[in-house]
Amino acid sequence: MDWFFNFPDMSRSDLREFKKSVDFAFTDFSRTYGQGIEDFFEPLLMFLVWFEKLFINTPWPIIIVSILLLAWIGSRSLLVVAGTFISFMLIGYFGMWEDTMSTLAIILVATFLCIAIGIPLGIAMARSNKVQAAIVPILDVMQTIPSFVYLIPVVMLLGIGKVPGLIAVCIYAIPPIVRLTNLGIRLVDKDVLEAADSFGASYWQKLLGVQIPLALPTIFAGVNQTIMMALAMVVIASMIGVKGLGLPVLQAISNQYLALGLMNGLAIVILAIIFDRVTQKFGLRMQKYRNEGKD
Amino acid sequence: MNSKNILIKVNQLYKIFGDGDKSSLDLVKNGMGKDELLEKSNCVLGLNNINLNINRGKIQVVMGLSGSGKSTLIRHLNRLIEPTSGEILFNDTNILNLTPKELIQFRQNNMSMVFQKFALFPHKTVLQNVGYGLAIQNISKDEWSEKAQRWIKRVGLDGYETYYPGQLSGGMQQRVGLARALATDAEILLMDEAFSALDPLIRSEMQNILLDLQGELHKTIIFITHDLDEALKIGDRIAILRDGSMVQDSDPQEIIMNPADEYVSDFIKDINRARVIQAKSIMTPTNSKSSGATVKEEMVLEDILQIMSDAPSKPVTIENSKGKITGKIEMVNLIEGMKRPKSLGTNITG
Repeated sequence: MDWFFNFPDMSRSDLREFKKSVDFAFTDFSRTYGQGIEDFFEPLLMFLVWFEKLFINTPWPIIIVSILLLAWIGSRSLLVVAGTFISFMLIGYFGMWEDTMSTLAIILVATFLCIAIGIPLGIAMARSNKVQAAIVPILDVMQTIPSFVYLIPVVMLLGIGKVPGLIAVCIYAIPPIVRLTNLGIRLVDKDVLEAADSFGASYWQKLLGVQIPLALPTIFAGVNQTIMMALAMVVIASMIGVKGLGLPVLQAISNQYLALGLMNGLAIVILAIIFDRVTQKFGLRMQKYRNEGKD
Repeated sequence: MNSKNILIKVNQLYKIFGDGDKSSLDLVKNGMGKDELLEKSNCVLGLNNINLNINRGKIQVVMGLSGSGKSTLIRHLNRLIEPTSGEILFNDTNILNLTPKELIQFRQNNMSMVFQKFALFPHKTVLQNVGYGLAIQNISKDEWSEKAQRWIKRVGLDGYETYYPGQLSGGMQQRVGLARALATDAEILLMDEAFSALDPLIRSEMQNILLDLQGELHKTIIFITHDLDEALKIGDRIAILRDGSMVQDSDPQEIIMNPADEYVSDFIKDINRARVIQAKSIMTPTNSKSSGATVKEEMVLEDILQIMSDAPSKPVTIENSKGKITGKIEMVNLIEGMKRPKSLGTNITG
């Protein structure tokens, strides 16, 4: 009856061997291909460094004016612009300007990457049920697997630095945009597509002229979520060498600096709120035609 | 009918929805019905051996209850649905043999469609909606917006160019739909229950707009409806579908006077016969003048009754559009014509 009370598991030595062989296999893999993969990401690293320098080296008034301008273009709301101004002044005043710029740089690059990969992927999923069936489980894994777990192979392959950090952020942040692009395109009214077909629209005319414009509000909700998740990942990414607001938070945890942790944590929150409000207002403006409908 | 007048010819068209449609095709060709097929092979019979000739410049109505295959049939004409077997000839070209590129050309130039639920592009303005069929042909914006503008005016939506469909009422939205279909100057207009979603007054108004436009444009229109009154009002010919099969395809008068079977009889049971049956359908042929007034062949019985009530004993003379006398009608004929045929039941209640 022993098997009934104790799970018939594999022996300890077997298990150790199993883990060892997996580890060795991956170490071998990263020794063989690590350099190649690193070289592949070299241009990305250069860009990231250049972009971060651009943010840090540009005089702060120019940055603030550009950010306020973007906030205005996105939201068309004086309240949002005023809030953005006050927030950035406070961030600067409390000495977090440089870290904030680093964070802003990596968030923007990560968001851009996620959009560039995520939207085409979402479109491919909307096109074919098979592609959707293949990608959905992968997205599930990406969203639920503890971030520390995929940090391990990323670090083993690429070491510590900006690029592995960026990849970690992207893995965590890309699922919403893929999912919502897929959803948005699938939700486009079949009747309207039929109408486009009946007038002889080509595949690309339908995609660019009807499906994407009608899916845009949903896609944009995905962009918004992607930005939020990228920001949430900043602290964890700092563990593998990403500079920015996450690093002081990490120091604060290990040294129990309450004020430092709070300040930098709040700066992340403020960035998130600004991004959220601006992109949401922008998303709302894109579906103006819906809101102006008669009641 | 002269074969030159036939613009679209549908020959032995079958459509079976579901897997294994090829093997089911033989079952259907051997006479299996819709219900039996569904039970045996889990396939839905959409169209069953449809043969239909559609005349150039006329309005062909296709009528039937929901699920009878009428919307399926109209979607075969521009290949929004692919048939299981059969052929559709347009000016002797089989539409089903067109390559994808040719099909796009064909849809852009020869056919346009109006939908039951309007199917307007919610993110485009009225002007962009109406110009859509032209804009996707890479026509310059000036040109398409000018044409679109003209059609917007023609359907009476002047001044609404910059509105979005969501800001318009149902009737106005369908005018946009109609203008969008007309703007491409396609010879054939497919109308899939185009007015069914509108309330009765607006529907009648849209029917008049359509007839008015048809009077000057002479398009070939395939009009789907489940409403007999609508079919009689606008149809030059009416085809009736049931469970995917064609039950009757004839002149509207013929449908009322000689319904092919019980299904058709059911359809026409509740219509106001006095208001739709025309003089030519019940007159006694003769070429000599009678004692009463002279009326046209197309006059409906209700109007003849009005005329005869002044002098009930005098038969009226019937003449054709060229003024030649073709027959006469007496009061008995009139009463006989208005009363429901015995086969339709007495339907007296209360």
